[in-house]
Amino acid sequence: MKRYQQMFDRLSREGRGAFVPFVTIGDPTPELSFDIIKTLIDAGADALELGIAFSDPIADGPTIQGANIRALAAGTTPAISFDIIARIRQYHATIPIGLLLYSNLVMARGLDNFYAQAASAGVDSVLIADVPLHESKLFRQSAIKHDIAPIFIVPPNVDDDDLRQIASYGRGYTYLLSRAGVTGTETAAAMPTSELIARIRSYNPAPPLLGFGISTPAHVQNAIKSGAAGAISGSAIVKLIEQYQQQPAELLAQLTQFVSSMKAAT
Amino acid sequence: MSELKLNPYFGQYGGMFVPQLLVPALKQLEQAYVDALQDPAFHAEFQQLLTEYAGRPTPLTLCRNISPNPLVKIYLKREDLLHGGAHKTNQVLGQALLTKRMGKQEVIAETGAGQHGVATALACALLGLKCRIYMGAKDIERQQPNVFRMKLMGATVIPVTSGSGTLKDAVNEAMRDWSATYDTTHYMLGTAAGPHPFPTIVRDFQKMIGEEAKQQILKAEGKLPDAVIACVGGGSNAIGIFADFIAEEGVKLIGVEPGGKGLDTHQHGAALSTGSYGILHGAYTAIMQTNDGQIEESYSISAGLDYPAVGPQHTHLQQTGRAEYVAINDDEALAAFQQLAKSEGIIPALESSHALAYALKLAEQATEPTVLLVNLSGRGDKDLAHVHSVLAGGQL
Repeated sequence: MKRYQQMFDRLSREGRGAFVPFVTIGDPTPELSFDIIKTLIDAGADALELGIAFSDPIADGPTIQGANIRALAAGTTPAISFDIIARIRQYHATIPIGLLLYSNLVMARGLDNFYAQAASAGVDSVLIADVPLHESKLFRQSAIKHDIAPIFIVPPNVDDDDLRQIASYGRGYTYLLSRAGVTGTETAAAMPTSELIARIRSYNPAPPLLGFGISTPAHVQNAIKSGAAGAISGSAIVKLIEQYQQQPAELLAQLTQFVSSMKAAT
Repeated sequence: MSELKLNPYFGQYGGMFVPQLLVPALKQLEQAYVDALQDPAFHAEFQQLLTEYAGRPTPLTLCRNISPNPLVKIYLKREDLLHGGAHKTNQVLGQALLTKRMGKQEVIAETGAGQHGVATALACALLGLKCRIYMGAKDIERQQPNVFRMKLMGATVIPVTSGSGTLKDAVNEAMRDWSATYDTTHYMLGTAAGPHPFPTIVRDFQKMIGEEAKQQILKAEGKLPDAVIACVGGGSNAIGIFADFIAEEGVKLIGVEPGGKGLDTHQHGAALSTGSYGILHGAYTAIMQTNDGQIEESYSISAGLDYPAVGPQHTHLQQTGRAEYVAINDDEALAAFQQLAKSEGIIPALESSHALAYALKLAEQATEPTVLLVNLSGRGDKDLAHVHSVLAGGQL
């Protein structure tokens, strides 16, 4: 959990924002997925957001649905996903690793068991896409018990009561939604006004990272200019995986180029 | 954000497991429902639509010929005679009125057999709402007449090819749509499942089935039935006929799940009979899943029951022992479908045929006078082509 704090401290010394890529673990195959995640780190990712594949990802658009389908078809299970995370953690000791997944995968392993496994694999935070604040109690308690940061989402329609709770329960970072809808580049990020981010920050939550529809360096730049601590990009990266899955060398080269250009915009 | 007005849980089941983004939309719906309940004008308009447009009350029919046992009387609650051809019309009229109260002009719905889609389309046509309906590509194929009905009434039908291309995937797609459009659009969920407040609202807008049936059977028999039997996919017709009998401890409540090709085959949709517990589509309830928590694809000859979860109140009723849940296979349902047609001149929906098939089983075993109340939740017109091809030697 403290890896996020260390990252934000470093970035603030550098006067820069964070770039955080997202991929689904096991997409397109568990083996290639490890190389993909390693490449994201080598190309300059400040932190990682990693999905565990689920059969019914209701918060995801077609691109990340495709990633889930490919990973599952390649036999990726939560156990295999934790193995890959553990290997990534061995490869890099300090990069913050966030998990993004759906509640039933957590329930199926039992909450405490799940968070214990995540902690031992080297995970720093867990965001459960379909657990809103008022259903989060057992999840966040178990997370804290295992020194894992529970991540909360701030939607554009957030009200003050929710902001107060998010500031009090959230750790690590705060996931700021750029817009309504599901993940994907079909609808570009809508930049929140600096007033909105200032209002959010006035509650002193964990640093806000902007996600949903972030696919160009300009999006990253604008997110940071509006006052976000950084940006998360998922579907744009997953599209590269989809496009080049049969040519691993070309895929890794494309990913390196994309991540470097996004990081350069921070 | 404001606290919830109603309890989102039935025992430990239910809840509101949705992306944070959708919470305000669900709370808005809950508020609109609570306000409507206190507004006599809402009740008057709902009642008027139910009687003058939909055709309530529906009759209760005592079967003349089908009972295999002279000791057993089988009564059918005739939701098949409701406008639209199934019980689905009841609750969409209520939700359509709520949509208008919330100032929304558009409606999204999911549909399996197409019955909820048809009901949504007719309510939207009547009340001037624009609607788009998500339907699994596989279901579109096996329910063509209903697809055409929806289109005739002005609905847009959107095929869903992701996942198994059935009801579960149509719900996923409807929720994705809603998370971008909740400001202007109501998600008219079609069964007593999903996130709070849907299980409560849908039950309350279906409970007249049981209230009417109770009065009708008291009038006919002078006593309550021994058992109330209904099919369970998501569970709206079952909870609708059960609700008013829950407090009547002497009345057995029996939900009949789709056994598909058999509970031992994995090709079924009987979440309560063999499933475990988890979260799907916003509720903690009985679901069909792998050990890892991936949702399994369900299967049933009847598209309306082809769903790997069940409404949370049914899970609670099962856990407390108040209701019993059993499974009926495809071939048993198909036999009951034909038997009702031949012996009573009524062609039931394949969904409702599951409930009837179980009633016939019970009737065969009865050793004392017994009165069974079966919810004939829908009519079988939509199933004719499918059943015809199965009987002609095609695949189930």
